Amino acid sequence: MSSLRRSAANHLVTTLAILSTVVVLVPLVAILGYLLYKGASSLNLAFFTHVPAPVGQQGGGMANAIVGSGVILGLASLLGIPVGIGAGVYLAEYGQGRLLGKVIRFTADVLNGVPSIVMGMAAYALIVAKQQHFSAFAGGVALAIMMVPTITRTTEEMLATVPHAVREAALGLGIPKWRTVISVSLRTASPGIITGCMLAFARVAGETAPLLFTAFGNQFWSFNLNQPIAALPLQIFVYAVSPYDEWHRLAWAGALVLIAMIMISVTLVRIFANRGALKGGH
Amino acid sequence: MNEPGSIQLPQTVLSERTQATEPVVEAIKPPSIVRSFLQSKSSGKVADGTFWGLMIVCALSIFLIVLLILSVLVVNSKLSIHAFGWKFFTSSSWDPNSGDFGALPFIWGTVVSSLLAVCMAVPLALCVSIFLLEICPLWLRGPIAFLTELLAAIPSVIYGLWAIFILVPIMRDNVGPVLQKYLGWTGLFGGSNFGVGMLTASVILAIMIFPVISSISRDVMKAVPIHQREAALALGATRWEMIRMSVLRNARIGIVGSVILGLGRALGETMAVTMVIGNHPDISKSLFAPATTLASVIANEFSEATGDLYLSALIEIGLALFLVTIVVNGIARLLVWAVTRGNTARAV
Repeated sequence: MSSLRRSAANHLVTTLAILSTVVVLVPLVAILGYLLYKGASSLNLAFFTHVPAPVGQQGGGMANAIVGSGVILGLASLLGIPVGIGAGVYLAEYGQGRLLGKVIRFTADVLNGVPSIVMGMAAYALIVAKQQHFSAFAGGVALAIMMVPTITRTTEEMLATVPHAVREAALGLGIPKWRTVISVSLRTASPGIITGCMLAFARVAGETAPLLFTAFGNQFWSFNLNQPIAALPLQIFVYAVSPYDEWHRLAWAGALVLIAMIMISVTLVRIFANRGALKGGH
Repeated sequence: MNEPGSIQLPQTVLSERTQATEPVVEAIKPPSIVRSFLQSKSSGKVADGTFWGLMIVCALSIFLIVLLILSVLVVNSKLSIHAFGWKFFTSSSWDPNSGDFGALPFIWGTVVSSLLAVCMAVPLALCVSIFLLEICPLWLRGPIAFLTELLAAIPSVIYGLWAIFILVPIMRDNVGPVLQKYLGWTGLFGGSNFGVGMLTASVILAIMIFPVISSISRDVMKAVPIHQREAALALGATRWEMIRMSVLRNARIGIVGSVILGLGRALGETMAVTMVIGNHPDISKSLFAPATTLASVIANEFSEATGDLYLSALIEIGLALFLVTIVVNGIARLLVWAVTRGNTARAV
């Protein structure tokens, strides 16, 4: 019967859809669960306070990598966030409906998809090749280039949620346009903009490829921006492909720390994403 | 005080008044420079113009970034382009010692692993999108959508770490022999199986591009107007038929766009692939054989490249990767934009 066949096809697709969702959630649970299990057993205080021990020795930690990641990410945020927010402000306030705005939006989206290793290569050719040494500054610049398109798009989308009535009220009171943008639009959209910056931060925090030949990695403490510096994802990569069990153990612990940082940022973004937008206005 | 028409106030009140106003006049300070600047009633043209100029400089920085990357890559790969020309992309010898460089094995590795990953990820992503949009109860939708997007937040190096220690043994000991036994007649599963190779890399790539395809497909399918679905249901369609006729048919351009976007992501993926693809610059029919991709050869050999020609060849590979991903992403974004008209909920 045709209707029997149709209803059978319907049930089949429903089962398939439910099955695929389960299949997809399995690797997620597997990765996070195994990470928790393996990483938690290797985490200890020494991990957060010691630099890597020589090969073959027990113990050691990744303290310099965690701090180094902080330094590089701080530099990247300093360079990338203002430029990204500025570009987003232009797109939302001055670029609506203009050709330049459309082209910049499209370019930002396309730039988001460029592989991170190409960004690292560009930073290498621009900075490392000229200076003839690896440096934390080059790593920071590579990550800043990656942050700009993401922050631009999220800032633009958050500014678009500010109702026009609010802007027009401010302009009607005689406030100049620049002051309106800063004190009215940006202030209203600031929770969303901050979450956009956190999202970009979480994304570049896990990037390894651009740092492979810009920051290069360092076995010792280093706070000098002109010297190679260790970074957490970089150290995880080096330890993971090494043949030593002790280093594998450290790689798992480092991976747990990295993913804990990223998950916290992503969850905070989710919680605060809709808090700041003005309700009921478009 | 004695003018006609003026009010004669009692002397005491007048003197109290004059005494009362003096301290108040003393207490008013002249406004500071900043406050007087902010309260100035000028047209604000200079400030407006400066602010606009600042914002447009930031916006043009995006163009600047693209142009900078392009120019730097082209300038630094000139040596290799002069030495090899187009033969670079058709020759399969990669010999740093003799200075002979050919990128064909890497192109093969990239294309095959990405296409395999897309073939594995697209059915899964579409099924999950359909589940989340049409079949899932409302209260479950948020958590499951959040979980699938969590897959996108995991860094590439952690996927690689998990793949080396968990996925590779599974592929080597469990999945590999099964595939060899039942599908060995295709000739795709010959050779020795060490776990690392094209197939494992494709599996981990599929897991990684799944969130991209799924979330954009969901946006595109959500953009289909509800009248289309209701019309199909009103005509007596089952739920699957409604999905097939109204949602999938209307959203197919956007879904194709999301697939191409996933392909673009797979082409450029570096770390996880480097860790599990075996890194052997060879073209082989077997899916168990180790291979190399464009991104993984850069990751492995860049920091140890000796000689200008070697470095220049690697930068030429980077240039090729850059141009290909820009074209692929551009086409994909145009397709997705055509369907959603820019109303996507996220900037993935």
